[in-house]
Amino acid sequence: MELIKNLPEMDEGDDARRMDAYKRVAASRAKGRPTGMDFIENLIIDFMEFHGDRRYGDDPALVAGVGKLKNMPVTVIAMEKGHSTKEKVKRNFGSMHPEGYRKALRQMKLAEKFGRPVICIVDTSGAYCGIQAEERGQGQAIAENLMEMMTLRTPIITLFIGEGGSGGALGMAVADQVWMLENSFYSVISPEGCASILWKDASKMKEAAESLRLTARDLKELGVAEKVIREPEMEKDFKKVYYLLEDLLYDAFQKSKKLPVEELLEQRYEKFRKIGRQQADGR
Amino acid sequence: MLKKGLFRKPKNQLEDYGKTSVREMREQHPEVPDDMFLSCPACKGTMLAEDVNQNCGVCPKCGHHFKIKVRERMEILLDPGSFAELDAEMTSRNLIEFPGYDKKLQSARNVSGEKEGVVCGTAAIGGFPCAVFFMNGDFMMGSMGTVVGEKIARIFEYAAERQLPVIGWTVSGGARMQEGILSLMQMAKTSGAVKRHSDRGLLYVTVLTDPTTGGVTASFAMEGDVILAEPGALIGFAGPRVIEQTIRQKLPEGFQRAEFLLEKGFVDAIVKRQDQREYLRSLLALHSKEVLV
Repeated sequence: MELIKNLPEMDEGDDARRMDAYKRVAASRAKGRPTGMDFIENLIIDFMEFHGDRRYGDDPALVAGVGKLKNMPVTVIAMEKGHSTKEKVKRNFGSMHPEGYRKALRQMKLAEKFGRPVICIVDTSGAYCGIQAEERGQGQAIAENLMEMMTLRTPIITLFIGEGGSGGALGMAVADQVWMLENSFYSVISPEGCASILWKDASKMKEAAESLRLTARDLKELGVAEKVIREPEMEKDFKKVYYLLEDLLYDAFQKSKKLPVEELLEQRYEKFRKIGRQQADGR
Repeated sequence: MLKKGLFRKPKNQLEDYGKTSVREMREQHPEVPDDMFLSCPACKGTMLAEDVNQNCGVCPKCGHHFKIKVRERMEILLDPGSFAELDAEMTSRNLIEFPGYDKKLQSARNVSGEKEGVVCGTAAIGGFPCAVFFMNGDFMMGSMGTVVGEKIARIFEYAAERQLPVIGWTVSGGARMQEGILSLMQMAKTSGAVKRHSDRGLLYVTVLTDPTTGGVTASFAMEGDVILAEPGALIGFAGPRVIEQTIRQKLPEGFQRAEFLLEKGFVDAIVKRQDQREYLRSLLALHSKEVLV
């Protein structure tokens, strides 16, 4: 525990690092930002990718498989946006179809069976909005993940590395802990979408971003995220983040593995159950 | 010169019954009270409001399901006098100080006459006790904020403790964006409560009504053991306008309607509002723990 505390996570009182909410949003989408597969490559040893949901197909917007975190076998499920234009198109810009959520769930069930912890990596503007996504039950696929993840009998940590777009992000974020990179965000709606619905003016996204309280720091304050991971000033220094995450994840899983499963599930339930309860009791 | 229309056959007034719009009728007969007639948006027919009410808010001509008020729906479906409301006083506050939210809440309370977007409680249907929730489309489009999430979670926990089945009617525009991330978290919270109820071997039935979309579709609406839908109800994750904007093409006729979901395998059955009570009674009887004689 001491070790974790001493690592350079976000300093809450550090106002010099305060930034406009929309600048964070822009940073989360910036070109050249590491994507899901970069994290897998740098965190996981001997990663083996497994494809397909065994129901319909294989969603290229999601990379899932097994590997080792240090010496610990883990399941990793990562949304992938791609870097080049060609790759981005192939990955559907990180927007998953229902088969992506079902692929994720399939891998989580395997993790449960074999007692592996699960790392979910979220980076999406949202679950895909399209005819086929609806036909194949986008809502149902996400709903099933929310239900099943709540009682999955193995530790889950979800890492937000960029965009955290609404239900599409939540479909992989019913976890014991939610960790966010400093420049990631997590919101019920994109600031642009919010501005155009509320004020009929998408250019008011800056105001919307502030109002929605979507930055990593906000989310920690609101009790949605457990950790905010400080990012280096230079993109090249991302190695530091990977080293830090490797240690943090390893220690967190070691800790939660010692916990009886029932206790782990109770804590996971309570993490979400408490949000909004206070308000109700206050009346 | 001949007067225009001289040779036109005088119309029998009865021929027009059901053809004139409500507006025309009001112009012709200003003495008729405004709420006496209704115009069906589906078949364009005009009919006595009373006839529609008698028919559970369903058009007697074409079967179109009108939107109805939450308390009216409860009256149609629940055994008279059986309903006992839970958490009736719970009401939202502006937790993240979202601009304009206080005002919106106030007007939603005024318009709907309800405190929040869902009504929960215990009741009986055909003599079978159950826990019920009814979402309220008149309250900020049935959007789910922390209070809606809390009430839903509580009704499932209450039902799990007392071994009651849950039957819920959904209508929602999705998560309530004025509560930011806190409303998104309600999807996880409610799903967790549904799972715990389910793991106790208890029945959960959802009836999806027009429209059920967004975060509610992607959580408890789609988590029923049995999922029913009203005819013609719009059911989807993304709203049709958002999809059209994303893919830049028109959506096919009937897309995201209840019949479409039935065909695609996401709804167990479409049940007309008039038949729901009897349908649910049979369903509850089949799942009843008591031995039926």
